Amino acid sequence: MAEGAIIIAVLASAIRLATPLILAALGGVFSERSGVVNIGLEGIMIIGAFSAVLFTHITGNPWLGVVAAMIFGMLTASILAVLAINLRGNQIIAGVAINLLALSLSAFLLELIWKRSGATPSVPHALTTNPKGLEFLEKIPVLGDLFSKFTPFVYIAFILVGVTYYVLFKTPLGLRIRAVGEHPRAAETVGISVYKIRWLCVLISGLLAGLAGASLSIGTISLFREGMIAGQGFIALAAMIFGKWHPVGAMFACLFFGLTSAIQILAQTIGIDWAPEFLLMIPYVATIVALVGVVGKAVAPASDGLPYEKGEK
Amino acid sequence: MSNVIEMKEITKIFPGVVANDKVNFSLEKGEIHVLLGENGAGKTTLMNILYGLYQPTSGEIFVNGEKSAIKSPTTAIKLGIGMVHQHFMLVQPFTIAENIVLGNEPAKAGGLRIDMKTAVDNVQKISDEFGLAVDPNIKIQDISVGMQQRVEILKALYRGAEVLILDEPTAVLTPQEIDELGDILKNLTKEGKSIILITHKLKEVMSMSDRITVIRRGVVVETLKTSDTDADSLAELMVGRKVKLTSDRTEKQAGSVILSVKNLKVKDSRKLDAIKDVSFEVKAGEILAIAGVDGNGQRELVEALNGLRKIESGEVMISGIDTTHFHTKDINEIGVGHIPEDRQKRGLVMDYTLAENMILGYHKKEPFSKNGIMNYPEVHKHGKKLIAEFDIRTPSENVLAKSLSGGNQQKVIIAREFYIDPQLLIAAQPTRGLDVGSIEFVHKRLLEQRENNKAVLLISLELDEVLGLADRIAVIYQGKIVGVLDAKDATERKLGIMMAGGQLEEGVKPS
Amino acid sequence: MKSNFEKMWDSFRLPIFAVILGFAVGAICIVIAGSNPIIAYAALFKGSLGSATSFGETLYKMTPIVFTGLSVALAFRCGLFNIGGEGQYIAGSIVSIATGWIFKDMPGIILIPMILIMGIIAGGIWGGIAGYLKARFGVHEVITTIMLNYIALHTSNYLVRTVLNPETLIPGSVREAFTVPIPEQAKLLKLNEILPQFTYSSAHVGIFIAIAAAIFIYFLLFKTTVGYEIRSVGLSPDAAEYGGISKEKNTILAMFIAGGLSGLAGAVQVTGLIYSVNQVAMMPGYGFTGISVALVGVSHPLGVLASGLLFGILDNGARQMQLAGIPKEITGIIQAVILIFIAGELIVKFISERRKKELKNSKAKEVK
Repeated sequence: MAEGAIIIAVLASAIRLATPLILAALGGVFSERSGVVNIGLEGIMIIGAFSAVLFTHITGNPWLGVVAAMIFGMLTASILAVLAINLRGNQIIAGVAINLLALSLSAFLLELIWKRSGATPSVPHALTTNPKGLEFLEKIPVLGDLFSKFTPFVYIAFILVGVTYYVLFKTPLGLRIRAVGEHPRAAETVGISVYKIRWLCVLISGLLAGLAGASLSIGTISLFREGMIAGQGFIALAAMIFGKWHPVGAMFACLFFGLTSAIQILAQTIGIDWAPEFLLMIPYVATIVALVGVVGKAVAPASDGLPYEKGEK
Repeated sequence: MSNVIEMKEITKIFPGVVANDKVNFSLEKGEIHVLLGENGAGKTTLMNILYGLYQPTSGEIFVNGEKSAIKSPTTAIKLGIGMVHQHFMLVQPFTIAENIVLGNEPAKAGGLRIDMKTAVDNVQKISDEFGLAVDPNIKIQDISVGMQQRVEILKALYRGAEVLILDEPTAVLTPQEIDELGDILKNLTKEGKSIILITHKLKEVMSMSDRITVIRRGVVVETLKTSDTDADSLAELMVGRKVKLTSDRTEKQAGSVILSVKNLKVKDSRKLDAIKDVSFEVKAGEILAIAGVDGNGQRELVEALNGLRKIESGEVMISGIDTTHFHTKDINEIGVGHIPEDRQKRGLVMDYTLAENMILGYHKKEPFSKNGIMNYPEVHKHGKKLIAEFDIRTPSENVLAKSLSGGNQQKVIIAREFYIDPQLLIAAQPTRGLDVGSIEFVHKRLLEQRENNKAVLLISLELDEVLGLADRIAVIYQGKIVGVLDAKDATERKLGIMMAGGQLEEGVKPS
Repeated sequence: MKSNFEKMWDSFRLPIFAVILGFAVGAICIVIAGSNPIIAYAALFKGSLGSATSFGETLYKMTPIVFTGLSVALAFRCGLFNIGGEGQYIAGSIVSIATGWIFKDMPGIILIPMILIMGIIAGGIWGGIAGYLKARFGVHEVITTIMLNYIALHTSNYLVRTVLNPETLIPGSVREAFTVPIPEQAKLLKLNEILPQFTYSSAHVGIFIAIAAAIFIYFLLFKTTVGYEIRSVGLSPDAAEYGGISKEKNTILAMFIAGGLSGLAGAVQVTGLIYSVNQVAMMPGYGFTGISVALVGVSHPLGVLASGLLFGILDNGARQMQLAGIPKEITGIIQAVILIFIAGELIVKFISERRKKELKNSKAKEVK
C-alpha cells in the first residue's frame, strides 16, 4: 500500500474504533458529572448491541434497532438509577451486577430466540457503510477515502460530543448537573431536585451506552456475538477519566485509544512488529498515568459516587 | 406590626427523638429575631421545617397571614424565604455569579443558553444595592469565608427573599467581621427584610437582635424583647438552671517546659503555607490557649504536632525529645494525649465498640495485645473500668460508639486519652457541639490536668472558653502567632483585634 | 441486649433474602424458557451435591472463588473495593507457570510451596500497586484495579505467546496458544487419589488450602493487631490515623494481602487443575465472582466459605441444568440478581420490615 493510503486506512480504522468508545464515554461523562459512577457501561453496551440486532431482525429496519438499543440501554441504566439514587446503594456493586446481568441475559435470550449459542446470524440492512446522502463527501480528494469508511454512528458520535459539551457548559441544565455532581446539597437548597437530575443523567448515560453497543453490532459486524464488547465499556470509562470528565477531552482520549487499536490491528500491513499486546495495554496504562497526575491530575467531581439522601443533615 | 411568619404548634418527631414539641414562633416584618438554644435544642430542625427541608409531623405555618404547606425549598423560595446554612451551600469550582443564579438562571435562546452577562450584571446590581461588595466573576474556592457568607446572603436576596434565616452565622467570623455582619443585617431590615438568626452565642444575641425566642429540648421556653433581658438570665433560660460562666482556677506557678515549638512551618493540603514561622512553649501545670478564627492554621498546627502532617521546617520538642519528624504512634509513646476537633471523624471509630475504641492507639501495648495477637478479654475489662471511672452513660462496653450521645462520645475519648496519664494534652475544640453539662465536665478535666502539673495546649474558637481556662493566650492569624497575652491582661476586645490581624496599641506588651 | 444469634441473623439476613430473591427471579426466567423451575433446581442441586463425584465437582469449582472472595472481603474490611481479582489471579497463575518451569528439577515437596508462595507474591504485588497508588496519590482503587486487570491480561497473553510458550522453551515444539505445563511433581493431589468415591471428579486438595486460608484470614482480621488496624482504617481512616495507625501502610498492606489471595487462587488453579495457562481474550471471571462471594458472605471469612459453596453449586449445577434442557445462563442471572438486591440493601430491609409489621399485625389480630 502507498504511504498515504496506509495513513488514511489507519485513521479511518482509528475513528471507527473510537466511535463506540466516544458514545459510551459521553454516557459516562453525563452520569459521573451528576455524581453517579457508572461502571455498568460495559453491560449496557452489551444490552444495546443485542437489542439493536434483535429489533433489526424483527422489524427489518436498522434504525428501529438503534432506537431499541437506546431504549433498552435506558432500561438497563434505570437499574443503576434505582439502586444508586433511590436506594442509595453501592454504585460499584450495582455496576458489577449490571455487567453480570447483561452478560447472562443476552446469552440467555440468544438461546431462547435463535436457539443457538455464541452468536446471532447476521442481519441484513446493517448500518456499516457511509450513509446515503453523504456520499458526496467521498468525492473529496484524499479525505474522500476516509469518509467512505465511516458509518452513520461516526457522525452521530462527533455531533453528540458537541451537543454534550453545549448541554453541560452552556445551558441552565448543565450548570445544574454539574452542581449536583459537586455539591448536591447546595443544589437541593436552591430548589433543584437532585434525584431528578441524577435520574436524567443516568438515563442519558444508558441511552448513549446503548447506542454505543448498537454501533458495535449493527454498525460494525452486523450481528451480535457473545463477548463482543470485550471490555470496551471499561476502555470508555478509562477514556472518560483520561479526558478529565470533559466531553471533548473524552473524545480525544477515545481517538487516541482508537488509534492504538488501529495500529495494533494493522500492524502487519504497516510493517510494525512490536508485540501487539503492548499496544492493547496503552489505554489502561495511560489512564493510570493520568490519574497519578504526571501530566496534570485528573480530578473527579467532588460528590462522584456518593449516595445522596434527601433532607439529610 | 404584622407577622410575616407564624409557626403554630409545630411538632417534629425523628425516629426516637422529639426534635420540636408544639413550638410556636413568629417573625415580625423588619425585625431581627434570634432563635436561641443549646446544641441539639431543635433550632435548626425548626428552621429546616420553615425552609421546606423537613416536613413537620404536625402543626401549621402561616406566611404573610396565609396558611402554607412548605413541601420543599422551592416552595420556601417562592414564598420569599431564604436560608444561609451554617455549612455554606456553595459549589467550589463555580464562580460567585454561577452559584447565585443556580436553579434560577437567566437564559436566552428560549432557555437553552445561560445568559452569563445578565447573570453577572444582576448579581453586581444587588450586591451594590445592599453594600455587599462581591465580585461576581471570582470562583468560590478563591474567596474568604466572610465573603462566602455574603455570597450566601446574596443568593437569598437574588431569589427575592423577604425573610432571611441565618444558621449560626458568626461561628466562622472574627469579632470585627461579626460587627460588619451586624451592620449588613441592620441595613437589610431597613430595606424591609425580616431576619431570623439561629445561634447559641449570648453575646451576639444581645447586640444584634430585636427579639429572642429561647428553645430548650425542642420546647419554646420564652419569647422576649432583647431590651428587657440580659445575658445571665438568657443563659439560665437556655440551660434550664443557673450557669456559672466562669470556672474555678487556682493561682499556680508553671513548671518546666514540656512542649516547645520553634520556627514551625507547615503546608496545608493545597500545598500553601498554613503555619508560617510559629514559636511557642507550653509549661507543666499551665494551659496555653491558641485563640483565633477558624481556618487560620489551627488544624494544620494540631496535625503537625500530632505527627499527621509533614513539618517543612522548624523544631518540635516534647519533654525534651525532638519529635519534629516523629510518626503519630511514636508521639503517643512519649505521653501525648489528643482530643481531636472532630470527635466523630477523628476521635472515634464509630462502628467499633466502646471497648475497641478505648484502646485505639494503645492496641499494640500489653495487656491489650502481645506479639501481634489481641487479648480481647483484657480489652473488655479495660473498657468496663473506664466506663465506670468516667461515668459514661452506656448499657455496656459492647455498644457501638455511634450509638452514644455527643457528650458521652467525648467522655470516651477523654477516658482513653487520660488513661496514659499524658505529660502533654492537646485539646482541639474539645467542647464543640456539646451541651452545657458536658462542657463543664470537659473544662473540669482540663483544669485537673493543670492541677496535676501536666501541660495542656487548648485550641479553641470560643473566646469565653479561652478566657475562662487559659493561663496564657496565643492568638493565631493567617498561620502566624500575632501575640501571646497573659490571661489576666487579656480582654475580649484585645483578642478580637489580634484575631483580625490587628496590632495592639502601646502599653499592652505581649508576654 | 440482642443475643448473639440475633446479631448473626442481622448480618446474614440481607444476603439470605438476596439469595432467595435471586432464585425466585431465576425461576421466572426458567418458566419463560419453557421449563419447570422445580425440575431445574432439582437438577441444579442434585448435579452439584447428589453424589461424592458431583460434590467433588462443586468443590473444585468453589476453590478459586473462595480465594478471590476472601480477597475482596479483606479489601472491603479496609474500606477498599478490589475489582482487581481478575488481574491478580492472572498474575498469580502466569508466575506459577514460570516458577514451575525455572525450578522444574526440584522435588514436589519444595516446588509446590514455592509455586504457591510465588503466586501469592505476584498477586500481592499486582494488588499492592493499586494500594500504593491509592496511598501515595489518592487514586481510586476501583479504577486502577480495573486498569490493572487488562494490563495483566495482555501481559499474560504476551508471555504465553512468547517467553513461556513451548516453542520457546521446548526444542522441537511448535507455537501453541498455551504455556508449557508445570512439572508433574508440582501437581496437587487429586481427592480421588485419597478417596476413590470421588471417581472422575477433578477436585483436588486446593480446597483444603482454601479452607485454611479462610481460617487464617479470620484469625488475622479478628484476633491480631494487624486486623484491628486494617479494620480501623476501613471503618474510619481519620480516627485510625489519630490513633497512630497509618492509613497508607494499611491500605498497601490490605491490597497486598487481598492481591496475594487472588494470586494464590491462580497458583492453586494452575497446580491443582489447569496445569498450564492459555492465551485468552476475556477475563477468567474468578475475580468478579469473588465480589459476589464476598458480598453474600458479608465480608466475613467464614461467610465467604459458605457463599463460596453456594456459588460453586451454581456454577457446577449449571451444567446439569443444561443437560435438563435449561439455558445455563440462568445461574449468571441468579448471581446478578443477588448482587442487585445486595446493592439495593434498602429493598431487602424494606421487605423484611414489612414482613415484621405483617407478623405483628397478624399477632395483634390473634390476640383480639
